[in-house]
Amino acid sequence: MNSRRIFARPARFAAIAPYVWMVLFFLVPFAFVLKISLSQTAIAQPPYEPVFDLTAGWDALTSAFAALSIDNFKLLISDDIYVFAYVRSLTVAIIATAALLLIGYPIAYGMARLPKRWQAVAMVLVIVPFWTSFLIRIYAWINILQHDGLLNQILLALHLVSQPVVWLSTDTAMYIGIVYSYLPFMILPLYATLAKMEPALEEAAADLGAPPWQAFWLVTFPLSLPGVGAGVLLCVIPIVGEFVIPDLLAGSNALMIGQTLWLEFFTNKDWPVASAAAIVLLVMLLVPLLLYERLQKQQLEQGR
Amino acid sequence: MAEELSGTNIAAEAAGADALPAAEQGLLRIEGVAKTFGTFRAVDGVSLDIKAGEFFALLGPSGCGKTTLLRMLAGFEAPDEGRILLGGKDIAQALPHERPVNMMFQNYALFPHLSVRDNIAFGLKRAGMARADIATRVAEMVALVKLEGLEKRKPDQLSGGQRQRVALARALARRPQLLLLDEPLAALDKKLRENTQAELMELQRRLGMTFIVVTHDQEEAMTMASRIGVMKAGKLVQVAKPRELYEAPRSRWIAEFVGDINLFDGESKLRDGHRLVIGTRDAGALVVAEPREPVGAGKLAVAIRPEKVKLSRRGPASEAGHQSAINLLDGVIADICYLGGTTTYKVKLDSGGVLQASVANSARLDVDAYSLNQHVVAWFGPDDCMVLTS
Repeated sequence: MNSRRIFARPARFAAIAPYVWMVLFFLVPFAFVLKISLSQTAIAQPPYEPVFDLTAGWDALTSAFAALSIDNFKLLISDDIYVFAYVRSLTVAIIATAALLLIGYPIAYGMARLPKRWQAVAMVLVIVPFWTSFLIRIYAWINILQHDGLLNQILLALHLVSQPVVWLSTDTAMYIGIVYSYLPFMILPLYATLAKMEPALEEAAADLGAPPWQAFWLVTFPLSLPGVGAGVLLCVIPIVGEFVIPDLLAGSNALMIGQTLWLEFFTNKDWPVASAAAIVLLVMLLVPLLLYERLQKQQLEQGR
Repeated sequence: MAEELSGTNIAAEAAGADALPAAEQGLLRIEGVAKTFGTFRAVDGVSLDIKAGEFFALLGPSGCGKTTLLRMLAGFEAPDEGRILLGGKDIAQALPHERPVNMMFQNYALFPHLSVRDNIAFGLKRAGMARADIATRVAEMVALVKLEGLEKRKPDQLSGGQRQRVALARALARRPQLLLLDEPLAALDKKLRENTQAELMELQRRLGMTFIVVTHDQEEAMTMASRIGVMKAGKLVQVAKPRELYEAPRSRWIAEFVGDINLFDGESKLRDGHRLVIGTRDAGALVVAEPREPVGAGKLAVAIRPEKVKLSRRGPASEAGHQSAINLLDGVIADICYLGGTTTYKVKLDSGGVLQASVANSARLDVDAYSLNQHVVAWFGPDDCMVLTS
């Protein structure tokens, strides 16, 4: 009885803690952004109107509510700049994630097949880049990819090219940067699923007449799909909203939505449009997340 | 019927080339096979012949190399030395998917994402079998292991016993010439294990297939196998029928590994016609029948199984006593272990040693039972003793 009383309260608190967190740090800011997205830009402080003033009385509040409109969202749909930015963001995210999967899967698979003590070493090697600031690593890439950078020097020295190749401010540079930065997020969930898979399963497939590639394709790969799903989501979602890498490594002719958002907010001082763009981005990203959640729930139910 | 015998047929065809009759050559011949991991010699020069239709058990403690040997037969390890001839063809370096051998894995290794049906059909699809034939064969296998109605279940929706059956059906579906079973019953509880043992034996007899089972459980090996190979430290130390293994083990180690045994180190040896009188420190002079093979000069021991030892309060009646009760040892009951069907008594001998005697509880009431510290006479005949030299 006594012990129950001791444990019941913290346990209950622990159960509501995530909700408190979500309300304070997600829902409340989201409400602010949503409100601003329905406002109009103004040369004022803050730079939008209407402003809800709780001290101005009921009538002022209702008229402020009436002044809200979805004009900003209409603008987003009607103006090619935004549509292009969304399409480009999605395209970049999909291509980069596909490349990440193609590169990350063999690495994760190789790691999972290493002897146990080497697996720990490989794990550290994957994580170790995180110990350096992300920005510094991207600047290092600028160094490597620039006109007289390391990459061009190597290519020239090997006589693979006759004059320096333009890498910087191209999509290639951006993809290199993205794949490099996100690779651990792809490898780690894949490694986690592959490492806990029973090695006897591949042996059983071989024993039943499957050559190695069939054993992989019919047994290992389907069983690693939860890891593939997790890795893809961990990469796609942040890449869609990526700002720093395209800004530093890609050219300025095609912007991703993160860059467009930044321009609207800081250069144009158009907070309402920037907010609307952010809301649309959020909705776009929520759809795959919800789909993934449903998929996982289905798998859990099947497992029962 | 023809299919059931296909294993032997193929063996016979292949043997024809070697000009050796199939019956003589057997289905599987292992010749001087060795495997080293780093500096550890897991399998150290094993040679063995297995005939078609045999139920062979590889028995040994963990780490003795029995699993490595089995994995070499399946193709998961390649031997460093030696040959593995299946039906006269050397398969030592063949890859697992190229061998007409299937294996039932210790933890079954069922594919968790596939249904029972698809698990069983997996090997048939890889063999390029026609769809209709696969359906027929799967239905046949499902019926064989009595899993009707569970075809659509996933492995994690099955009980341990059902999973074991799926694994068996999957391994049998391709009608392999040789079925390897790695600790097939280790994951089952005792009652289920006993039933499954009987079913495995019945299945093996009905299909006429060759089974090689790896186990560390000597009772399991004795129950199921027609022949047992005992392995120790990478070497095959004895290959024999269960009875021979139990009643005539080749060494002290085997005698102790297979069943319980009383061992008395011998100190002196005297001939007395067809008998030997061996002086032991712990049990005095023991009269034993002379072994078929002459006893060498080295260290020897007298061994006697606990159930061969008789106990009585006063010693045997005189008319029975001449032959079978030549070894009479006085002592007191030092420990009693009641096991239901039998009771094991530890008798502290007056000569110093301890003798274990296992007595069948043939009466329901405890009129025959002995109590602690009770004086008893333990006796056994010369034919019940073994002389072990190594």
